[in-house]
Amino acid sequence: MIAEFGHYALVLALALALIQATVPLWGARTNDLTLMGVAGSTALAQFAFAAASFAALTAAYVGSDFSVLNVFQNSHSAMPLIYKFTSVWGNHEGSMLLWVLILSIFGALVALFGGNLPDTLRANVLAVQAWIASAFYLFILITSNPFLRIAQAPAEGRDLNPILQDIGLAVHPPLLYLGYVGFSISFSFAIAALIDGKIDAAWARWVRPWTLVAWMFLTLGIAMGSYWAYYELGWGGWWFWDPVENASLMPWIAGTALLHSAVVMEKRNALKVWTILLAILTFSLSLLGTFLVRSGVLTSVHTFASDPSRGVFILAILVIFIGGAFALYAWRAPALKQGGLFAPISREGALVFNNLFLTAACATVFVGTLYPLALEALTDEKISVGAPFFNLTFGPLFVPLLIAVPFGPLLAWKRGDILGAAQRLMWAAALGLVALAAVFAVQGGGPVLAPFGIGLAVYVMIGALVDPIERIGLFRVPFATTVARARGLPRSAWGTAVAHFAAGMLLFGVIAESQWNAERIVSLKPGESVSVRGYDLTLDGLAPRPGPNYRELIARFTVRQGGEVIDVLTPSKRTFPQRSMSTTEAALLTRGASQLYLSLGDVGSDGAIAVRIYHKPLVLLIWFGCVVMVLGGALSLSDRRLRVGAPKPARKAALQPAE
Amino acid sequence: MTRKQRRLTLIGAGLGVLGLAAALVLFALKDSIVFFNSPTDVVEKHVAPGSRIRLGGLVKEGTLKRGDNLQVSFEVTDGNKSVPVSYTGILPDLFREGQGVVTEGALNTAGTFKADSVLAKHDETYMPKEVADALKKQGHWKADGGGYGLAGAATKDAPPPAGAKK
Repeated sequence: MIAEFGHYALVLALALALIQATVPLWGARTNDLTLMGVAGSTALAQFAFAAASFAALTAAYVGSDFSVLNVFQNSHSAMPLIYKFTSVWGNHEGSMLLWVLILSIFGALVALFGGNLPDTLRANVLAVQAWIASAFYLFILITSNPFLRIAQAPAEGRDLNPILQDIGLAVHPPLLYLGYVGFSISFSFAIAALIDGKIDAAWARWVRPWTLVAWMFLTLGIAMGSYWAYYELGWGGWWFWDPVENASLMPWIAGTALLHSAVVMEKRNALKVWTILLAILTFSLSLLGTFLVRSGVLTSVHTFASDPSRGVFILAILVIFIGGAFALYAWRAPALKQGGLFAPISREGALVFNNLFLTAACATVFVGTLYPLALEALTDEKISVGAPFFNLTFGPLFVPLLIAVPFGPLLAWKRGDILGAAQRLMWAAALGLVALAAVFAVQGGGPVLAPFGIGLAVYVMIGALVDPIERIGLFRVPFATTVARARGLPRSAWGTAVAHFAAGMLLFGVIAESQWNAERIVSLKPGESVSVRGYDLTLDGLAPRPGPNYRELIARFTVRQGGEVIDVLTPSKRTFPQRSMSTTEAALLTRGASQLYLSLGDVGSDGAIAVRIYHKPLVLLIWFGCVVMVLGGALSLSDRRLRVGAPKPARKAALQPAE
Repeated sequence: MTRKQRRLTLIGAGLGVLGLAAALVLFALKDSIVFFNSPTDVVEKHVAPGSRIRLGGLVKEGTLKRGDNLQVSFEVTDGNKSVPVSYTGILPDLFREGQGVVTEGALNTAGTFKADSVLAKHDETYMPKEVADALKKQGHWKADGGGYGLAGAATKDAPPPAGAKK
């Protein structure tokens, strides 16, 4: 019953979405408030039915109802309860259901908190949201129905792909989807503005928090996915430039650019047309990401559950939405009124600089990801574009961007003083150079990139703090005044500083890990030792251990440093009989921000086991950087000006009495 | 500056950055892409020793040999030709004889492929797409589950027969 209920709820959600997609739009055209009002209630109802449908599938999973094909294919009765929940979205059908659920959540949020939006804008936004939702409901119902039954129910399921049986999976896809789908709001706002033919600073004020929320989730989602790949795949890599990773990176870069251009639009009412374009682009890249992952066009470690026939459907969605959006843009954008003027050297100019480099970097990732597909389609030649390509293109484009990062907040709006800003950044630059020289001296003949990268990272970190430090008068005015000023400083200014500081942290971690990591692959028998970077590891022994739906072989290592035992690590190898698959569970020893990483290979005929040992200096800074960046976003989001329902700008309030 | 000059500055900067990006892309594409080859390609196209390629196919049954110090050798076949591969390191969890594999590295002058990375599929039904295509080309693709244990890739998402039990 429960599956049929879920199926039915999904059909109803589609029906509601279709109403929401058309009626409010008509209302907005005819200026009929009743018809426009339909948008809010249908958005809420549509969310309720999507949630009911998702709950039904979850119930089928938790109850191990193997008469449902999807559950049979991806679950097992012996699986721990938590993975029964997470396997709901550990497969194609379920993850698409999660996708539309999140889409409907965002729609419902606009309906709930959009009370202070102009009526036509609200109606149009919700209608556009419903178009997207309708397309994806149709996609699920026609090509990827998770509620299909099997005539005779099997007794046992096929189990979830073992590498997905991990807490990382519980968190990674929902966060990623909250990011991807969150950008649908900025997309809908952009389309609504184009339909309306008007756009102003209030529009940007509305769009920015939504974009910021989506961007924060996407940042966390990518970071989480990266950490999951790091410890679960057993290769010790945290970023592979895999097409599917790129698929999430592209909307992130475009979203970052959008965040920055929306600032210009909000503060200075400039860059309107560009901001709209970025909003469309960001969500288009999210859709493209969904297409790349879900269609199976890629040869990738991520395409677990893919089917080319579905690709055609998603491709159609992609073409209709992206093509439609760009056509509308080409038609309507020239009609939008031009915004404020600014000199090339100014805060606006700096943000444009940011946008140029981010979009160019995004374009290189785009080329690297899609070029192999295009080439194969055109010439039948198969190539792979790997890390070297991206390091060569993405890297050089990020260097000028990172150098410019501390300048931005120091330049005034409209017309800035670049020499003044450079003077204020003297200390940051000097410390960066000191770091460069220090690294150069310490590592001697080590990798050439390391001193420059670390120097740049230090410069970005210190430079990010220059603006708040000057503004609160640290060490120049009495401490109490500093504290008072720090409290008075807008949260968004703190947010900017924190997020930019985090970019420096991230770079620091990336450089340290990539340039200084040590790797040893050895074959060990019990009792034998190996040493890596001053850590001595002794294999004490191997022991089998049963798990709920797997068997595992555990290796016990005693880790010593300078003769003293500091920890015991137990990496393991799990075998899942249901799928005849095995996974490697790496063991991690964290010392400060650095990690010692152990993963197991096969046991040889002589009883020796292959072991992969890495020492990864400061690797945790990569993910700490992402988390701190999100904290910066949260600080900015908590700024009064951006809070939903904040008072209208004073300019408008002043105009009202005159009316 | 007039509005027009400002706009020109902006457009100039935009084109400059795009030009830089395009130059980087072209430069990188020239040097850092890797072509995929099946064993037949390797033999017939006379791939030059030392040039970096990807070699994909099936691990030929009975050819996997493990030596000392994690040295491994095996042959990759597409049913028509096969190429000997040597590799030092830990093989992926799902590396097995008779299964699909993609390796990256270069041929040495003796005709052995020195792989520095070995990618295997990530579950029991996944077949690297290039491998599947290469096998289809050689006419060794068996979607019905016979032959090389390739059952998965073609049929994996098809519903099991009613009442299927595993």
